Amino acid sequence: MPKKDAIEVEGTVKEPLPNAMFRVELPNGHQVLAHASGKMRLHFIRILRGDRVLVELSPYDLTRGRITYRFK
Amino acid sequence: MQQTMHEIGIIIKSSHEIAIMREAGRVVAAVIEALTKEVRPGVTTAELDKLAAHEFKKRGAVASFKGYRGFPAYICTSVNEEVVHGIPGNRVLREGDIISLDVGALLNGFHADAAVTLPVGRISPGAEKLIDTTRGALEAGVAAAKGGARLGDVSAAIQAYTESREFSVVKEYVGHGIGRDLHEDPQVPNFGIGGEGPSLKNGMTIAIEPMVNVGVWRTRVTDNKWTVVTADGKPSAHFEHTIAITDGVPEILTVL
Repeated sequence: MPKKDAIEVEGTVKEPLPNAMFRVELPNGHQVLAHASGKMRLHFIRILRGDRVLVELSPYDLTRGRITYRFK
Repeated sequence: MQQTMHEIGIIIKSSHEIAIMREAGRVVAAVIEALTKEVRPGVTTAELDKLAAHEFKKRGAVASFKGYRGFPAYICTSVNEEVVHGIPGNRVLREGDIISLDVGALLNGFHADAAVTLPVGRISPGAEKLIDTTRGALEAGVAAAKGGARLGDVSAAIQAYTESREFSVVKEYVGHGIGRDLHEDPQVPNFGIGGEGPSLKNGMTIAIEPMVNVGVWRTRVTDNKWTVVTADGKPSAHFEHTIAITDGVPEILTVL
């Protein structure tokens, strides 16, 4: 069974940016520029500074990602 | 929370552990052989899944996929434009179809994973060429997986073999390390640049799995949230082996 070509990491939202973008800090200290996924916008899930989220990173650019889940 | 692949690193297996994986590989090969005999027009994919369940049980092994991230069946059955992760069901195989069977077995704590694409009855020359090319791409990838080679050599070999025959390689799904987990480091893409990536060392066990499309390389996931299909609806084939690097040489584990 093949693996989907993406890397999922947990992170903490450091600051919100315009256009539903966020700066997210990963456990290893790296910061990525992430956007809210369409799934989250569809369900009107708000993402705030300090939220713990799941970020999907593309292996082609590890500084950018997509926020796919917000933890409670 | 499952650890992300790139935090653990590539796990080297001892010769004892590879021996266990060899056994798991034999189970996978035996299940595939049993399924191959049953593939014909009129059979449903659910019937193949049921047979697989029986074959796993017979050998004291567990199907790696059942329950993996919620996957509902024992094997994946992907027909025509389905690339991977087809879910067995009421679909009746028809003359001219091609079907990919992806089988994973867990035995004594270790996994093995392999796949084949088979014709259903008589198929078109184009479909035959697709299957032959995908099988050949796997052979090229395995041959490149020598001790001291780089992972990128494997990826580049698969890509070159496939694209020289005017097919496209799927980029969004990748092969993978395998062992105690079904998916381990490293990712093994089917496209890449020779000389890049980690060095292949003795004790590494990886699943090499070229997925080849007649049309465009892009894929999309269907409504069942699992099955991957080609973006343009044209057929796709899939072959896979689990190999170990043993004495500097690639050893296929998923054989009888």
